[in-house]
Amino acid sequence: MLYIIRRLVLFIVTVALVSIITFGVFQILPGDPVKTMLGTEADEVQIESLRKELGLDRPLHEQYMDWVQGLFTGDLGNSIRFSMPVSDLLMDRLPVTLSVASLALVIVLFVALPLGIFVAKRQNKLSDVLLSSATQLGMAIPSFWLGMILIIYIGMNFDFFKINGYVPWSESIAGALSTLVLPALTIAIPQIAVKFRYVRTSILEQMQLDYVRTIRSKGLPEKIVMYKHILKNSMIPILTIFGLITAEVVAGTIIVEQVFALPGVGQLLITSISYRDFPLVQGIVMYITVTVVFINFVVDILYSVIDPRIRLR
Amino acid sequence: MKRYAKNINLVVGSIIIFGFFLMMIVSFFYTPYDVTAMDIPNKLKAPNTEHIFGTDEFGRDIFSRILVGSQTAFIVGLLTVIIGVVFGVTIGGIAGFIGGWVDELFMRLMDALMAFPGIILALMLVAVFGPGIVNTSIALGIIAIPNIARVARSGFVQHKEAEYVMAARLIGVKPLKIMFKHILPNVSSQIIVAASIAFAIAMLAEAALSYLGLGVQPPDPSWGRMLKDAQAYLIGSPWYTYAPGGAITILVLGLYMLSNAIRDIMDPRSKA
Repeated sequence: MLYIIRRLVLFIVTVALVSIITFGVFQILPGDPVKTMLGTEADEVQIESLRKELGLDRPLHEQYMDWVQGLFTGDLGNSIRFSMPVSDLLMDRLPVTLSVASLALVIVLFVALPLGIFVAKRQNKLSDVLLSSATQLGMAIPSFWLGMILIIYIGMNFDFFKINGYVPWSESIAGALSTLVLPALTIAIPQIAVKFRYVRTSILEQMQLDYVRTIRSKGLPEKIVMYKHILKNSMIPILTIFGLITAEVVAGTIIVEQVFALPGVGQLLITSISYRDFPLVQGIVMYITVTVVFINFVVDILYSVIDPRIRLR
Repeated sequence: MKRYAKNINLVVGSIIIFGFFLMMIVSFFYTPYDVTAMDIPNKLKAPNTEHIFGTDEFGRDIFSRILVGSQTAFIVGLLTVIIGVVFGVTIGGIAGFIGGWVDELFMRLMDALMAFPGIILALMLVAVFGPGIVNTSIALGIIAIPNIARVARSGFVQHKEAEYVMAARLIGVKPLKIMFKHILPNVSSQIIVAASIAFAIAMLAEAALSYLGLGVQPPDPSWGRMLKDAQAYLIGSPWYTYAPGGAITILVLGLYMLSNAIRDIMDPRSKA
């Protein structure tokens, strides 16, 4: 219990600091933010009314408290560019981003886990060198270029795939998949290249432990040794990977949406930055980051459920 | 076996980095074609003997633009690492050396910065600072700080109780001098490894920001920006993306290989 409380406090502190940074960073804008947003043609009346609307005429701590309250109630004010509530805009775009991100996560898990187990069983010099090259290549290749390569080699050769735009699930499941599979693959491939080695390492570590030798020597079939004993005990590092990739998958989605012209949260963020629509930028950054921090918090809690020893550390 | 892999990293990594470095130096004095010279009749020509990487939508030689683009990559990478190391080592050093609430405050702040997904923080900072080479570097530098600060902190914590530090304290050496003259050289190897990884991440992030149109702006050449332009011609001229994409990938790959090699050489215990 103490462990969970400590994690919870850390979670709250982190979210509070993240909110202060996200809010504070826009206070150091050089010049008057309202003038920057409206551009040079704006007259005094426009500037004054926007300043009132954004609440910039009030003391800083009041503005901050209002903003934080808005985070909880989902009222983050209006976007300047779209003249719509920030939360409505986000809700419109969220399904696209969530679809791409979850599809990517599923692909990573379904490929990286078996691949890690597969290579853990076969160890030799050549495969070690090849695997570490694959990992380094996976870290080096920019996702947006990989996306273009997939468009060139897969998207243009198979009629099934659409290389830009989005079809909602409610309209057609095949249509949605045709727009989502390539972006999800773009995010997943580098993640698989990097993360299957974690799986491999964690399985190899388990294989060297005494209990494995014991159960093997009492004659348990290799399949049961691997899937019932080793895999279960390798769950902690594998769970860590899950925590790590969610942040990277979410971040990857932001860029990859741009490659495939998907109207998701990432595209909204890029647009809002180009139009200097700061309330929208703040809102998106805050929600994405809190989501990632929250997932890591949940992963931390899950650790202690799977392996109670962790609570003592 | 380990030695074998390590040498591959060291040799290939060094060759790649040296090659690109040479390319960058040469590009200051010579490029096969004028990088800004437009030649509309020859636009979007596939790679051939005259233009080995082809020509872009204005008929400019892509190879020459790749050469000049390496300048931007190196400048942004270098500025980022300088900002990251100067602030990271100062913050991490003070936190580790002083400890107590200062440590707690600084490190919680670093944790909060690291809680942001990297690209999200980069985008937010670019929104504040605006685009361009210097602003992009400042934004990426801020992102590099927490990781380097962590590495520096753990080094300083390890060393502050060491006998040579005690001895220096006893004879009355000032704390600042102990930190930077005595402890820093002992933790420099970890910092160098962290800095070389920061360099690779910065180059990738610059390319990403420029691809999104929020990083380096024309007329400054950038590989990421070239990819953004190339995407419009993906169907007719897919080869347009190969040179800039390949350049980013190979350079970043070289940096990762070199940083792995440096880590293995300087700290043989930490074999990943």
